[in-house]
Amino acid sequence: MMLITRMLVGGILAGMFTVAQAAGLTIEITKGSQTAVPIAIVPFAQQGSIGNVKLSDVISSDLGGSGFFKTLSEDDMLTKPSEPERVNFKDWQVLGQDYMAIGQVVGNGGSYNIQFHLFNVHNGQLLMGYRLTAGANELRRAAHHISDLIYEKLTGRKGAFNTRIAYVTSVRRGNGKQFMLQVADADGYNPRTIAESPEPIMAPAWSPDGSKIAYVSFHTKRSEIWVQTLATGQRESVSSYPGINGAPAFSPDGSRLAVTLSKDGSPDIYVLNLGSRSLTRLTNSLSIDTEPTWSPDGSSILFTSDQGGKPQLYLMPASGGKASRVTFQGDYNARGRFSADGRSLAMVTGSGGGYKIAVMDMASRTVNVLTEGNLDESPSFAPNGSMVLFAANRGGRSALSVVSTDGAMQQKLAFESGEVREPAWAP
Amino acid sequence: MRFNKTYLALAMTAILVTTGCSSTEEEGLADSTQGTDASTSGYNDGSMSGSQFGSGNGSSFGSGSGANLGPEFSDPNNPLSKQVIYFELDSSQVKQDYVPVVAAHARYLASHPNQHVILSGHADERGSSEYNIALGEQRAKSVERMMRSQGVTAGQLEVVSYGEEKPAVSGHDESAWQQNRRVEVGYQ
Repeated sequence: MMLITRMLVGGILAGMFTVAQAAGLTIEITKGSQTAVPIAIVPFAQQGSIGNVKLSDVISSDLGGSGFFKTLSEDDMLTKPSEPERVNFKDWQVLGQDYMAIGQVVGNGGSYNIQFHLFNVHNGQLLMGYRLTAGANELRRAAHHISDLIYEKLTGRKGAFNTRIAYVTSVRRGNGKQFMLQVADADGYNPRTIAESPEPIMAPAWSPDGSKIAYVSFHTKRSEIWVQTLATGQRESVSSYPGINGAPAFSPDGSRLAVTLSKDGSPDIYVLNLGSRSLTRLTNSLSIDTEPTWSPDGSSILFTSDQGGKPQLYLMPASGGKASRVTFQGDYNARGRFSADGRSLAMVTGSGGGYKIAVMDMASRTVNVLTEGNLDESPSFAPNGSMVLFAANRGGRSALSVVSTDGAMQQKLAFESGEVREPAWAP
Repeated sequence: MRFNKTYLALAMTAILVTTGCSSTEEEGLADSTQGTDASTSGYNDGSMSGSQFGSGNGSSFGSGSGANLGPEFSDPNNPLSKQVIYFELDSSQVKQDYVPVVAAHARYLASHPNQHVILSGHADERGSSEYNIALGEQRAKSVERMMRSQGVTAGQLEVVSYGEEKPAVSGHDESAWQQNRRVEVGYQ
């Protein structure tokens, strides 16, 4: 999923890396998986006009970064076939590969015809053959799509390589800072600033269809919740009550936002109907109730509450009512987020002063701490539930990190300048 | 080795293409005429527009622009020159040393009923951002209550919380965190 550091060196890839330079990102694998499946993605043969994207490198990064696969370095390949008839499986068996993929790209004016084949190395069986066309600027997306196809074929699980992330960056500007809400490919490429301000922006939340983002902005010198349509850039303020307007979360049907408001005294959970703008209050207590998030079936709302003294996670019916406590491990649990299938819950967990990312299995309620940092926050699941994206601060530098939900693989996506926070993986 | 080539046109929309792969080896998908028109693709081609919010003066710290404050506000021997109030960890209780500072500002405001301040509450970076917004507000409201009880009218005080979003000091140790757990008294 993420580019590996070897892409930052190597002359022939320098041209491609300049695309990444615009993003100002460096990506590094900080922890590898021991049980990863060996797969070789052979550089695709190219004919005709050549694009600036090397598909096999994008695919290798995607698959290697997922933690499920260990991709073979091009330098170690004995041969580089591009046609099925030319494949000699012994060349790959001797390298210990379980699978290999070959392909061809034919440039044709402004578009490309791509075909690839995926083989089982041990028995030579063809597992998959595909042909696709991609427009001039679509090569990365085509590569991510191929990664999804291979991943799904070999793991039985949907891929998450053709997905997007939102996050907030800030850089120093004059005496203050400039804050930017950005959306990029899940591997950090193609970042676009969708909102910016000299005052903080926080809490980006995707609508279930991925067409809108809700977020909190302080540009009026107080917090307000905005909903912005990505395709048009149009935005509107949906909540500007006195006090806190925070932590927006879309309902699974996209019609409502759960929000935190303190207009009636202390921070409580409310549900805002985006069509009618009617407001329903769900919690009513002197404690801090915040960070609402919907269960994927829409029946419940999970939220953070310090009614027990310190922040813990609670679950209540989506229509309000009695809340039951969910977390009992550690003295601080906050910012819960469900996986799309509702079976897992990611959270920020703290004990002894350090804050890490943990995932709870909702059936057994067992909790696994996935990260080793001290200042980890804002966990967000990949749409296929296999990875968690979060913000980390290591050695004084802020970065986004991805960890596989079994904890076996971790990668860091660091920005060269400024800070990066509050990531949210698109559905 | 015989194999069937299959055709898949990459849809040029922002919606994920789901192929519905089944367990068979070769998938058939109708060749679609939808195509390669880059201008209909989603955010990737720049059709996603940005929104620029207007430039504020970029700072909510200390005295706001336009406040006409006397020399006592810059006299280091005068508590009015201290415009940042500090707190204990996980607490919205003003530190003992700063109780007289709040009192000094409250006295000034009570005798200058046209003077407004914005009390901005802040938290250190640890833990989750939105919970820290709530902690910052608790701190600012704590100062607000103290001032109200000392004769400042409600209309003179506005409360805003920035949580961990606007640290005064960058740093990741107890010294930095202590300086970031604060309320700023911003004269308008």
